[in-house]
Amino acid sequence: MRPNPLAIALATILLASAPLAEASTDPQIAALAERIRALEANAQVLQKQAADALAAAQAAQSELHQMIAAQQQQSVAQVSAEPAASSTSASTNAFNPAIALILNGLFVNHSQDPLNYQRAGFPLVGEGEPSLNGLQLGESEISFAANIDDKFYGQLTLTMASENGETDTGIEEAYIETTALPDGFTARAGRFYSNIGYLNSHHTHTDYFSDRPLAYQAFLGNQYGDDGVQIRWVAPTDIYLELGSEAFRGESAPASGAAHDGIGAKTFFVHAGGDVGFENSWLAGASILHTDSVNGEDGFSGRNNLFLFDFTWKWAPHGAFKDSGVVVRSEAFIDDRDGMVIDPQDPDALAQAWNGKRHGAYIEGLYRFSRTWDVGYRYDKLWAASSGPYASDFNPTRHTVDATWHNSEFSLLRLQFSHDQPQPHFIDNVLSLQYQVSLGAHGAHKF
Amino acid sequence: MRKMLFLMVAIAAVISTPVQAKLRVFACEPEWASLLNELAGDAITVDIATNALQDVHVVEARPSLIAKMRRADLLVCTGAQLEIGWLPQLLRQAGNTKVSAGAGHFMAASQVTTLEKPASIDRSAGDVHPDGNPHVQLDPYRVLAIAKALGARLAELDAANATTYQQRLGDFETRWQAAIKAWEAKAAPLKGKSVIVYHSSWVYLLQWLGMHEIGSLEPKPGVPPTSSHLSSLIDVTKSGGAIAIISAAYQDRRPGEWLSERTSVPAVVLPFTVGGDDQAKDLFGLYDSTIDKLLGALK
Repeated sequence: MRPNPLAIALATILLASAPLAEASTDPQIAALAERIRALEANAQVLQKQAADALAAAQAAQSELHQMIAAQQQQSVAQVSAEPAASSTSASTNAFNPAIALILNGLFVNHSQDPLNYQRAGFPLVGEGEPSLNGLQLGESEISFAANIDDKFYGQLTLTMASENGETDTGIEEAYIETTALPDGFTARAGRFYSNIGYLNSHHTHTDYFSDRPLAYQAFLGNQYGDDGVQIRWVAPTDIYLELGSEAFRGESAPASGAAHDGIGAKTFFVHAGGDVGFENSWLAGASILHTDSVNGEDGFSGRNNLFLFDFTWKWAPHGAFKDSGVVVRSEAFIDDRDGMVIDPQDPDALAQAWNGKRHGAYIEGLYRFSRTWDVGYRYDKLWAASSGPYASDFNPTRHTVDATWHNSEFSLLRLQFSHDQPQPHFIDNVLSLQYQVSLGAHGAHKF
Repeated sequence: MRKMLFLMVAIAAVISTPVQAKLRVFACEPEWASLLNELAGDAITVDIATNALQDVHVVEARPSLIAKMRRADLLVCTGAQLEIGWLPQLLRQAGNTKVSAGAGHFMAASQVTTLEKPASIDRSAGDVHPDGNPHVQLDPYRVLAIAKALGARLAELDAANATTYQQRLGDFETRWQAAIKAWEAKAAPLKGKSVIVYHSSWVYLLQWLGMHEIGSLEPKPGVPPTSSHLSSLIDVTKSGGAIAIISAAYQDRRPGEWLSERTSVPAVVLPFTVGGDDQAKDLFGLYDSTIDKLLGALK
């Protein structure tokens, strides 16, 4: 057999390698081995360094997380200064008062000519007459309000209305109010709506109907506002209890002539309210308006005490009234006169004594079945005096129903029908369609 | 003798009341009442103005709230104009100078940065909030920042109990930080997922959890859902791969259910605030419930 040269070569290498491996003493090999160990050590160091680097990276990452968290937390306090700074730099208007506009328009269809409208026992005073026939602009309102400084708040409400083709601008309210009196006291001065009753201090755009109750039209000329001062106090009790008093010039209906050197009307009012469970709230009040009139719109001169009693009950599932609920409200008026009447149409007529009472009341209910829709019903009645210059056997009544669609908090459309009987043989069926919107600053409304 | 004792107890009660008068706090929303409870416990008395089933944008200035405001030493509300429809009225009617401004007037949203501050303000875009989105209670980091500021405010107003407030704040922070870690770990599967919302009340929650809002049932903030708008959402919901249609406990469930029926994406009612469901008994429960319900929609 011929030896395979490859096999021989292999054998030689194997043989040779054995002594090589054993001969660790050979200096060259020792050097190599040393080098390998060094490299291995080096690798270990590198590995360790890599691990360290990884740890460091992890630490950095967690630090970053913490920083992000801290930054989110740091959206604290100091940041509240940031938006203020940016907005002040944006404009100097930041201190401008909040401006809110109410626009409102109507289409009204009366079955009787409004010019022939007269109420048995109750002459039309103030703005208590019925609306015009046809398309018309309602009262437009613009109001400015702001804190004046650390102690006062101020508000101006202007109204613009067209009457007989002329634009009538009026100061509806212009008053200042304290914000820093202690112990629940608040004082107000200027022109404002009196806090008597329920609806009187509310602007008409918060009403559930497009016109005021008959009692408001008959006894307060729609709404009593005048130049005066007010002080009110809220008691520190669990139940809401507010007491207050006002003194007015007495120029507007139902007062007139600004008697007593221009302090012709005084009021006193008490309001109380609270919750019954989560779903019911109530508010009740008793008020008196004492006026001294000189040649009033209804020809009256003398003393008039008007007593008002109001009651409101609201029920809403979970107390969320904007979504659904029921409101029942009623107010009763007692008008007590002691004085003389001279027919305002005929100044030469003889004065007639008038000493007696008239009454008025309404009850209204509103059912809101969603955020967008509500329907309401109101019943009005006035009780005329049985004797005196305005005596009448007939008591005016009115039924009103309406449906209101709210697109948002800021706009509504209202369809209303009323069946009004101010005299025995005079029935006015009134259909009205109203839009009403609010623009600008978001108003906060009373209960 | 017993009558005498009773009388003495009664007199003592009357006399001692003002001495140990606790700080009275008026909390506009249940989440802040819960936070106050964490920070102060029995050291204060808290009146809550609203509940989880009410829309705090449109609460009424009820007489009972005026009475509560009248007696408050501290007012804790969200701010950022959330309560603009009723809080200014309450403040003006209550005549309580302690809470109308200054230290007694604490607005949570002013303690943190708000998101969605609009560049231009126009109501054609709906009921926008010029100070940014006020619904900050669903970002735990912001809640922590608010807790710290509120703890400091309590200590400032009621120095006698300052150590209690400090201690409780520390305790709350520890538990809250731990809870955040747990929530974040648990909510990891929600990352990158999309939802349809009722109202833009979820930005903070969605940002925290890394989720996206791809549509809202309200055509514009504050404008109730309309059928035409809901119909337009069917495609968005399907193609966007939404995992849920979320609404708050106080919101109308019908629009969400309507869309759910047509897309087979589940309608999920989240508590939104403390008391919004049985699990949301406090702030911790609020987050637990919210994350559980969102995870439930994944299955």
